[in-house]
Amino acid sequence: MTQSADTLLQVSDLTLHYRTRRGTARAVDGVSFDLRRNEALVVLGESGSGKSSLAKALMRLLPRNIERFSGQVMLGDMDIMQLGDEAFRKQVQWNRMALVMQAAMNALNPVVRVGEQVAEPLRVHRGWSKDRAMERVAETFRKVGVSTDFLQRYPFELSGGMRQRVVLAMALVTEPDVVILDEPTSALDVLTQASIMNVLKRIKREEGTSFILITHDVATSSELADRVALMYAGQIVEISDARDFFHYPAHPYSQMLMDSVPRLHQAEAPGYIPGEPPDLIDPPTGCRFADRCPSRFSKCSQDPPAFSPDERRRVRCWLHEDEVARGS
Amino acid sequence: MEAEQQNDILLKANNLHTWFDLRQWGFLRIGSVRAVDGVDFELARGEAVAFVGESGCGKSTLARTLLGLHRPTSGDVTFDGQELSTLKGEARQQYLASVGYVQQDPFGALPPFMDVRRLLSEPLIIHGVKDRDTREKRIRQVLEEVRLTQVDEILPKFPHMLSGGQQQRVVIARALLLEPSMLIADEPVSMLDASVRVEILNLLRNIQKQRSLTLAFITHDLSTVRHYADRIFVMYAGRIVEQAPVEKLLDSPQHPYTQSLLAAIADVDADNALEERDVPSGEPPSLLKPPQGCRFHPRCPKAIAGTCDVKDPPFFEPQTGHFSACWLHDEAHRG
Ligand SMILES: Nc1ncnc2c1ncn2[C@@H]1O[C@H](COP(=O)(O)OP(=O)(O)OP(=O)(O)O)[C@@H](O)[C@H]1O
Ligand SMILES: Nc1ncnc2c1ncn2[C@@H]1O[C@H](COP(=O)(O)OP(=O)(O)O)[C@@H](O)[C@H]1O
Ligand code: SF4
Ligand code: SF4
Ligand SMILES: [Mg+2]
Ligand SMILES: [Mg+2]
Repeated sequence: MTQSADTLLQVSDLTLHYRTRRGTARAVDGVSFDLRRNEALVVLGESGSGKSSLAKALMRLLPRNIERFSGQVMLGDMDIMQLGDEAFRKQVQWNRMALVMQAAMNALNPVVRVGEQVAEPLRVHRGWSKDRAMERVAETFRKVGVSTDFLQRYPFELSGGMRQRVVLAMALVTEPDVVILDEPTSALDVLTQASIMNVLKRIKREEGTSFILITHDVATSSELADRVALMYAGQIVEISDARDFFHYPAHPYSQMLMDSVPRLHQAEAPGYIPGEPPDLIDPPTGCRFADRCPSRFSKCSQDPPAFSPDERRRVRCWLHEDEVARGS
Repeated sequence: MEAEQQNDILLKANNLHTWFDLRQWGFLRIGSVRAVDGVDFELARGEAVAFVGESGCGKSTLARTLLGLHRPTSGDVTFDGQELSTLKGEARQQYLASVGYVQQDPFGALPPFMDVRRLLSEPLIIHGVKDRDTREKRIRQVLEEVRLTQVDEILPKFPHMLSGGQQQRVVIARALLLEPSMLIADEPVSMLDASVRVEILNLLRNIQKQRSLTLAFITHDLSTVRHYADRIFVMYAGRIVEQAPVEKLLDSPQHPYTQSLLAAIADVDADNALEERDVPSGEPPSLLKPPQGCRFHPRCPKAIAGTCDVKDPPFFEPQTGHFSACWLHDEAHRG
């Protein structure tokens, strides 16, 4: 991909394989994308496609059973994959990038007041005084729409929607450049989801933050996305501008996914994608979607590289090989 | 005509209330959670309806009350002309067999230590199907009906060896085993991946049509109901606030709460990211002490002071067959 001055994060060939009893699980298998300043990239994909693993790989929050962890992640002009763990924590984790983990709202410490929990990264990692930290926390609470009366409350005293805002505050309190959100609204109601998405839109607009939003829900993705990356079996199969992705999806999987989205005022029933994604242990050689793909042809037994039919788009499918040839 | 219509009603809820006592230290009653608090409706034979509402509004409690798993605090349920609370012994077993239940969490619905053959045999044994071959035949039939066509592969598997979608099909198969006349499906797809959801919903809808089942489909997601139900009931804080045929409700919602729900979702479009949505402030009220008057009034952008916070709105019928419990439909309040 072309690197512009605006590029904040550039990920190349990121790989995270787990060691399991049955063999190597290729959860993240050569993922590349870039993220511009003040951009929201949505990572879509079905369960098990590797979305959370991608988030953990970027934040280096890894389990023990790692078989392979490699690739390049440029944050500005620093390759953060080359940093030692200590330097990574100091320079990246509590500073320039933050992650709201999947189901984090249920993982708050039940016996610590939420204000203190949100202040922790400032107190522990930046050594701020209590007053200074709490002032910043209060400010962050206001941004995410939590009354400062709640600073002194315990997690169980808050509704799910409020707890989700608290974990969001925890990610924002260090004013990072990149915030990664793993399924931040999936467990919430429609109205609560909408108000959390409103908060994210406002923060993106007012603070210039960049987001990587992970979700399996296309409707949610459309509430924030500038660009969409669709994952399938550990790989990004398409990455496109949101407008193109939603209206002219290029990869057969993207097309079927978009067809399966229920629409409120549409007379025809949505379609669906028969079959199931492949096992990440010994995935098929060749195109990983081939089993379920209605457009499969002879070439698909070879692994398709990512083709760029135009410079804003990358599609991992042999059908787009010709377009590239014609285009260039 | 009148009598014929009566006959068509399979299930009827009359002023149904299901409250839970809230106790401190295990004995001191400090109040009641009014999970279902005055619900009336009738379901016709062969009709598919959707109950839609936010988490905690009482949908699952309503489902379990209809199944006879909770005893209503007051009011009653009639099924096929018989009052549920009067059913005992054999008659109650019969009722349980005529209502299939697909519970909210497919992962928790299947006992982990039973393989599919065993967990599908169990209900048949309990309901007196003694002959092994008859059971096997019946099990194969329902598995094919839910499109688990590789029957021999599926039968010896334990739940954890199945994908979420397959597990949910097994749950549906189990609900169909005893030839029910009604199916209650509590959020049957909310735990599943978007790509499998449509497939499961299609399956449920097709089975419902083919068998002319009455289907009560519970969901928190209005965007999934259009093709899977004939009528919608919108619930808020333990009550039904609006009911209408699907198209009417989605195309011209009458109740301000339903209007907010629909304003919060939009068909997928890149422009969605550009505008904030109109969301009513606040959260659903505590069911321990629901607000006086209309339960939506503390959040309602159209609330009429002096009315909505005082008097409970009854159902009005602003359009034929379209009911909404809101004072705005009252002649006296029309500007
Ligand atoms: N610590 C681990 N050890 C072994 N395998 C793992 C580990 N964590 C995840 N996996 C496997 O890696 C694959 C990708 O998992 P991941 O959690 O990244 O998916 P996801 O896209 O986030 O799914 P979901 O939508 O369900 O959250 C899955 O097959 C999963 O079982
Ligand atoms: N067994 C129970 N004991 C006490 N409270 C309950 C019980 N079941 C549900 N509730 C309460 O009743 C309300 C409605 O819950 P539920 O019927 O599960 O709603 P929904 O299915 O719409 O999310 C909630 O406040 C819930 O906490
Ligand atoms: S490469 Fe072949 S099998 Fe894979 S998505 Fe493209 S057409 Fe389908
Ligand atoms: S009755 Fe009043 S408060 Fe309730 S929904 Fe109607 S206008 Fe709003
Ligand atoms: Mg995940
Ligand atoms: Mg429920």
